[in-house]
This record gives sequence, C-alpha cells and structure tokens, in this order.
Amino acid sequence: MSIKVLYFASLRETLGYSHETLTLPASIATLGELRAHLARRGGVWEALGEGRNVRAAINQEMVGPEVAVADRDEIAFFPPVTGG
Amino acid sequence: MNSVSVQDADFDVGLETAALSAGRPEVGAVATFVGLVRADKLAAGGGGAVTAMTLEHYPGMTEKALEAIAAEACARWQLLGTRIIHRFGRLVPGDRIVFVGVAGSHRGDAFAACEFIMDYLKTRAPFWKKEDTPDGGRWVDAREADDAAAGRWES
Repeated sequence: MSIKVLYFASLRETLGYSHETLTLPASIATLGELRAHLARRGGVWEALGEGRNVRAAINQEMVGPEVAVADRDEIAFFPPVTGG
Repeated sequence: MNSVSVQDADFDVGLETAALSAGRPEVGAVATFVGLVRADKLAAGGGGAVTAMTLEHYPGMTEKALEAIAAEACARWQLLGTRIIHRFGRLVPGDRIVFVGVAGSHRGDAFAACEFIMDYLKTRAPFWKKEDTPDGGRWVDAREADDAAAGRWES
C-alpha cells in the first residue's frame, strides 16, 4: 500500500518534512497504527508519539485514529488548528 | 447559496455585506463578523508584542472544511445565503483575517448561524498562526476556550 503523507505548521518544522510518499507494511491498517509507525522512527518523530497533541486527516477530512488507511490515500498530520 | 474563498488578498466588507442581499428582497437580515489581527496581543511566556503573523493552511482541505461548516449551518437554521472569506499569508496588526456573512429572513437565525460558523471554523478549518515577535517566530497554541465554544453547539 502506497500513501502520501503531509505535515503542517509546527509539526512540519519539527520534522523537517512537508510531505513524503510511503509504502506501508501490511501490518498497518489504521491511521493510529500509521502514526505509531512513524513515531517509531525516533528522534524528532517522537513528536507524533502517543499523548502528543496531533490531529490528522485522511483525504482532507479530519478523522480519528480508528479509521482505516487505504492505498493512495492522502494523509495529513498537524497540530490543533488556530484559524479565525 | 454558500460561497467560500481562501485568499491572501484583503476583502471589502461593504461589498461583501451588500452582495449577500443584492437583488434578493426576501432577505430581511444580514449578520456579519470580521476578525482582525490584534495589535495588543502578547506572546504567551512573556515574549514581546506581536509585530506580524503568518497564517498557513492546508490547500484543498481548507475550502472543503469551510464548505462543510456552511452546509452544516444551513441544515440547522433557515438561511438564504452564507459567505466565508479567510486570508492566509503574512498579516500585520489591524489587518482583516476572516469574514463571515449570513443572510436570512429574520435576525435570529442570521445571528446564531454567524456565531456558529465562527466557532466551528476555529476548531475545524485547517489554519495555523505563527506570530512574529521581537524574540522570533512562535506558533500559536490552540485554545481550550475555542473547543468549548464549538462544543456548546453540540447539545
């Protein structure tokens, strides 16, 4: 399964990446599992770890960690929003 | 009719307000909100005054999120039109950031929907503010008060 992952705002600056294309192992089925998978890279990627205040979207819709990830999805991770 | 714009350019409040009722005699109320960059805002943690801010957003998702919020408002109240404009990029104190305009037959629905759209926008639209201060750039933290404001519409 191949997906595109985007990072925004302070998370983008912390990680040093605005986007990447990833091929996921079959063991990763949900958004929460993807996030844990990325956090296991260690170092700055621990910003995605459990307990960190991070929101996520799949295909430009904000969703929770239980939602399934599918091939060619556009996934985004970002801090809580501060518009308006 | 709902209309959403995400843009770096400023907007004309008078023109936008007038457009909500132009040629539509059934409109009896137009409620609007304009959000501005505050000059007196101090960075949390004792930093200096904000000299400018830069708004980042998620192109594509931002427009979808704002359209969904407008549609939700139309499902909850009797409305005749909505207009949402949100700017991005570098802004200085006094600059306009956001415009929400709601047209309806009567003021009650227009007032309520205007406030609802702003409350939901604060927690659901993918914008992030970074403040420039004399001590450097600083990302603005989300406020619990904004979550509470959005949450009161759930009941």
